[in-house]
Amino acid sequence: MDIPFWNKEIETAERSRLEQIQLERLKVTVGWALKTALYRKRLNQAGINSPDDIKSLGDLRRIPFTTKDDLRVSFPKGHLAVDMVDVLRIHSSSGTTGIPTVIYYSREDVDNWTDLLARSIVGAGGTRADVFQNMMTYGFFTGGLGLHYGAERVGMTVIPISGGNTKRQIQTMRDFRSTVLHVTPSYLLHIHSKLGDEGVCLEDLALRKAFIGAEPHSENTRRKLQDLLRIEAFNSYGLSELNGPGVAFECVCRKDMHVWEDGYIAEIIDPKTGEVLKDGQEGELVLTNIVRRATPILRYRTRDLAFLHPQGCDCGRTHRRLSRILGRTDDMLIINGVNVFPSQIEEKIMKIPEVATNYLIHVDKKGALDRLTVKVEIYPKLFLGEVSKLESLKHKIVEELRASITISPAVELHEPGSLPVSEGKAKRVVDERPKD
Amino acid sequence: MAKQLTIFVENRAGRLKAISENLYKNHINIRAFTIQDRGDYGLLRLIVDKPNDAYLALADVGCACALKDVLAVSVSDQPGNFHTLTFALAASNINITDAYGFVVQPHKTGICCMEIEPAQLAKAADVARQAGFTVLEDEELYSL
Repeated sequence: MDIPFWNKEIETAERSRLEQIQLERLKVTVGWALKTALYRKRLNQAGINSPDDIKSLGDLRRIPFTTKDDLRVSFPKGHLAVDMVDVLRIHSSSGTTGIPTVIYYSREDVDNWTDLLARSIVGAGGTRADVFQNMMTYGFFTGGLGLHYGAERVGMTVIPISGGNTKRQIQTMRDFRSTVLHVTPSYLLHIHSKLGDEGVCLEDLALRKAFIGAEPHSENTRRKLQDLLRIEAFNSYGLSELNGPGVAFECVCRKDMHVWEDGYIAEIIDPKTGEVLKDGQEGELVLTNIVRRATPILRYRTRDLAFLHPQGCDCGRTHRRLSRILGRTDDMLIINGVNVFPSQIEEKIMKIPEVATNYLIHVDKKGALDRLTVKVEIYPKLFLGEVSKLESLKHKIVEELRASITISPAVELHEPGSLPVSEGKAKRVVDERPKD
Repeated sequence: MAKQLTIFVENRAGRLKAISENLYKNHINIRAFTIQDRGDYGLLRLIVDKPNDAYLALADVGCACALKDVLAVSVSDQPGNFHTLTFALAASNINITDAYGFVVQPHKTGICCMEIEPAQLAKAADVARQAGFTVLEDEELYSL
């Protein structure tokens, strides 16, 4: 097999060389982190007052973990390590409640991130001859712009179509002979189911690869996509706190994702004790970004459950491979690639007086796509018997939630007392999506 | 004014039965009913003999229900009468938000119940009277 590389020297470097790079970059990152309100105190408390206090990679374990909640508390700039004048871009993702998680990038940070994405694309066999249709949402979400910059750096022909509008996606695939897609697996299945409606068959298309990410999926789903569309599908992993996509990406072997270890330090821990586990053991993925100056993030608890492969890869890369995401240690839902915390939904609907205290978040599939339904009880004392008021209540809930979680749920109104009660361990989330 | 009882009902099996059972146990007699279907839910609207008792009985078990003034007029059951009524209201620029009708046998009296914006309700009653209709008060409506 022909193995393509973007930067063969780094991608196949000896482990000792990689670890040397990691140590150097960790020290520099700790120096940046010491400039932030978020890290100064906690690093000092751990006895780390200067980059020179990091003497080996083992010293990483002296640094306390960072959680999404820490980034919420430090909102908006408590974790910013440079002057705003040096910030080139801001991305933001949903917080667990109304306060978003914000990440700042310097020019150098965007450049480093872009390089890792170019490496990811080339490693998966993308070339400058490809026409790249980027179906991930552009904007605050990192999925769209991240791959966009990476694909441009590779020299691909980039179609920045963003998410949604299936009809136009299909026409564009046909009209511009797109060869590589970046898409969530569920949306790609949905697109496949709509090809016939547009009078398009596979022979009209030039597809050869898809980068599928932003939502967990099984090997079965990958195979299904590959068979249905006659393409190769590559798993992709990233999260906005650690730049976005390009943390880990599959190479042409398609046997799990190489973590780019010159850009990130990956650890797997026991989520209960915080103890660092060995390669091959399943636990929570913890990541440290070692090439981002504006927002250094140390030992970030991703809440994603996975393991790192102990052995190397047939492609010759020395960067360890991350398994598929096997689950979450929190209650975060991924709805068509968008991360949603039940607490975000609760916070919004409980502020609406016409809604009683019981609610239910229901997730299922409608065709290939996820469907989110928020069920609320109406509050009897504010019921006036008017349809228009009930319909505007529904509309208000949809608007409030769309502003908060960026997707529009279906809203169902229920009779008082018909949903599970708020006391005790009420099950607020019912996820009926099939596990394949 | 006549009172209409509006009840929020989920659109699933057994919900109407729960309400009818409650009314029956409280000896409420139903004069007329209609349901406004909204997909996942509906609004059941009732004209009953004891609207306050019915409201309390339902509210007591946690039902979302409301008592509301409606314009109820009686018309003789003959061609053109409904038109005379709507013509008079339209001429005064009064909007009927919602309405339903029924005929009481054996007197062949037609009843039209109309939901009207509260601000226009008193005016609507006057217009109906001036057009020759009888506006029914609570007891008159329930004792038909």
